[in-house]
Amino acid sequence: MFAFIVRRIAQAIIVMLVIGFIGFAIKQSFGDPIREITGISVSVEERTKIRDELGLNDPFMVQFGRFIKGAAHGDIGRSFFYKKSALEVILSKAPATLELVFCSAIIIVLFSIPLGIYSAIKPRSILSRIIMGGSTLGVSIPVFLTAILMIYIFSVELHWLPSYGRGETINLGGWRTGLLTLDGLKHLIMPSIALSSIMLPLFIRLIRSEMMEVLENDYIKYAWAKGLTPRRVWIVHAFKNTLLPVITVGGVQLGTMIAFTILTETVFQWQGMGFMFIEAVERGDAPLMVAYLVVVGFIFVIVNTLVDVIYGLVNPQVRITGQK
Amino acid sequence: MKRSLVFLALVAILALGLIGCSSDKKEEATAKQETAESATVGKTLKLAMDADPVSLDPQVQLSGGMMQYAHMVFDPLVRWAKDGSFEPRLAESWEQVNATTMRFHLRKDVKFHSGNPLTAEDVVWTLDRIKSSPDFKGLFEPFGQAVAVDDYTVDINTKKPYGLLLNMATYIFPMDKKFYSGKDESGKDKAAIIKTGPSFANSNESGTGKYIVAEREQGVRTIFKAFPQYWDKNSGNVETIILTPIKNDATRVAALLSGDVDFIMPVPPQDLERIGSTESLDLVTMSGSRIITFQLNQKRFEPFKNLKVRQAIVYATDNSGIVEKVMKGFATVASQQGPKEFASYNAELTPRYDLEKAKQLMKEAGYADGFECTMIAPNNRYVNDEKIAEAFVSMLGKIGIKVSLKTMPKAQYWDQFDAQVADIEMIGWHPDTEDSANYTEFLLMCPNKETGYGQYNSGNYCNPEVDAMTIQTQTETDTAKRSALLQKIEKALYDDAAFVPLHWQNLSWASKNNMNTEAIVNVQNFPYFGDLVIK
Repeated sequence: MFAFIVRRIAQAIIVMLVIGFIGFAIKQSFGDPIREITGISVSVEERTKIRDELGLNDPFMVQFGRFIKGAAHGDIGRSFFYKKSALEVILSKAPATLELVFCSAIIIVLFSIPLGIYSAIKPRSILSRIIMGGSTLGVSIPVFLTAILMIYIFSVELHWLPSYGRGETINLGGWRTGLLTLDGLKHLIMPSIALSSIMLPLFIRLIRSEMMEVLENDYIKYAWAKGLTPRRVWIVHAFKNTLLPVITVGGVQLGTMIAFTILTETVFQWQGMGFMFIEAVERGDAPLMVAYLVVVGFIFVIVNTLVDVIYGLVNPQVRITGQK
Repeated sequence: MKRSLVFLALVAILALGLIGCSSDKKEEATAKQETAESATVGKTLKLAMDADPVSLDPQVQLSGGMMQYAHMVFDPLVRWAKDGSFEPRLAESWEQVNATTMRFHLRKDVKFHSGNPLTAEDVVWTLDRIKSSPDFKGLFEPFGQAVAVDDYTVDINTKKPYGLLLNMATYIFPMDKKFYSGKDESGKDKAAIIKTGPSFANSNESGTGKYIVAEREQGVRTIFKAFPQYWDKNSGNVETIILTPIKNDATRVAALLSGDVDFIMPVPPQDLERIGSTESLDLVTMSGSRIITFQLNQKRFEPFKNLKVRQAIVYATDNSGIVEKVMKGFATVASQQGPKEFASYNAELTPRYDLEKAKQLMKEAGYADGFECTMIAPNNRYVNDEKIAEAFVSMLGKIGIKVSLKTMPKAQYWDQFDAQVADIEMIGWHPDTEDSANYTEFLLMCPNKETGYGQYNSGNYCNPEVDAMTIQTQTETDTAKRSALLQKIEKALYDDAAFVPLHWQNLSWASKNNMNTEAIVNVQNFPYFGDLVIK
């Protein structure tokens, strides 16, 4: 286990270095931050002066070296727009994104498991067909369309739910949470449904197909023959073994979720990391972009590690070798 | 296990339903609460713009967002009135002392947010500081020193006679000298103008304006509270302004339609009709002064040196069609740089769309079969910029000119524009001086690195006569003479087909219909929120 953790940490560092390098390499093509922080009529020499002050005219390797040196001290650059350290900005935006992902994950777990199991047990029932049809539809509608439709129906037409932002937040030792106020929860409903709309159908289908496969197994037939109650067969025997591939896919999909938060947050003006990243791209705020990519890379590594560990806990047969 | 899962799912569904159903009751309740509160604390305005101020330092950046902020938290010496005249603000009156000096008499009852009184010293200090700001330096180049005559009288000098002194006085928002002098905790000068890092002035303010910045989370929201000792007793009745930047057009409109915000700016063209036809909302639109043009690069591309080719392109451009179809009528067709309200406006210069004439001119120029060229345009800088460029490309196709168009986000566009990577480039311009000489200085004077003229002249149009006249306008203080000169310049540019004029973008604001939105907005797009009255 210890060796495994050490290997993973090394992996994480390499991943982040590579991402940092790539981010730096393409940063030039993202455009010029100086344009964003000066008025249009500012003279060329003034601009050059500011660029010099920020060290943007130095050769690539010098800039990258500076970045690595800073990163070793935990400083991964300073945002031009926010005028403070990029990591600080990302950390202040992280709670919003994490709460959104967390709520979406809850929605996904709550709905995909019962619906998936049901449509596996009774594949021919009307309800199952509706579930499957609905999930096809859900996968094919883009997130931002779902989001805009929801805003239109529930905010503009019905005035039930707020259309943008996080609402009232409470500060818990630096973690601004919207989970503890009614207003904050109301603001969470639509974004988390929009975000889960992409993943939910996928999980329903995954659970259904895995479950159907498991139900064909000999040991299930044996369990039926023993005269066990259907509930015991389905939940204890079949569902448990269905879970293994679902966990793996879930871990990988969590990464995809982070990508989709960008869309969801943009439509709902949700002040999280994804929204911040899009704005940074628009502003050419290169340090912040690179920092975001590095942080996301780090999250990926952590999530994958956790998935592997959990997988090992759930399925004792699996030997963690670190090579997948 | 299963039972508990199903139970949980049910609970979740119920909870969602309940929140949905109960929320409208909640709204009534909060509305009641709000009215109860408003009786004691005054009105609240929830405002959504497409951007928020980048800093609390009014001199750190020259941009629309910063000017809008400055008008809320600071007051200028004078400000624009709706009819294009100057309204006294911190200056009660002013007179020309000699050819290069204007004397301003300040109000005597003005307090800064810090409690310090406003004196002439603050104005002198503010002008000194603005002249050192990278963003304002260029604009304030004609200015010399300001001299405090006594506590409430200040002389502002220019290096040469300068007809736009009052235009520029709208940019002088006196700052609190005492407050911004000295060292902050980290030992840095409080007055430092810092663009990309923390500074005292970026996060603290002491202006004379109606609003104090009570709370600010950059990019998320800013809360303004009315300043109890504000000098202008005839200002509006809004106690609190909550400013939220909402970049996404659809989201901003939805926020207004759903009642989550009270006031939005700008309104995207595709939603004008909907908002205009909503009973409970007010839509205010106005023709603006930001012109959208294409520049034809004569240095890069041989055929553009030919006057007939340039004229053919102007004749082939159906800018009325673009205004109607692409802009949904939400723009004003242009045939010259400055709009009607400007001194330069020359009524003789009418739009010139005539396809037959364009073909004829191409033939005369020896390009009957047309040619191929390249073009770039931004896709997120001006209203519908990409669509305008595409429409233009298809119009040129009709006279045999094949254009390969590349569009890109503004963050990348300006570098490409400066490098002049294409034969045709799009540029929009709004003069910071609210005067048309500024268009020519930046867009059409011969490019000159030394003087900085023609900084955005990617067409490399160069006409010494136009240059001479434009420079003359800078020191001409006789308004009639100056207007005649400016109109002559427009005529020359028009005859020369120096650029392809498209339209002036309209401005737009929308709000609930219980406030005097119409009265506080203006063509500069700096709404005077201090004067907003909510019924």
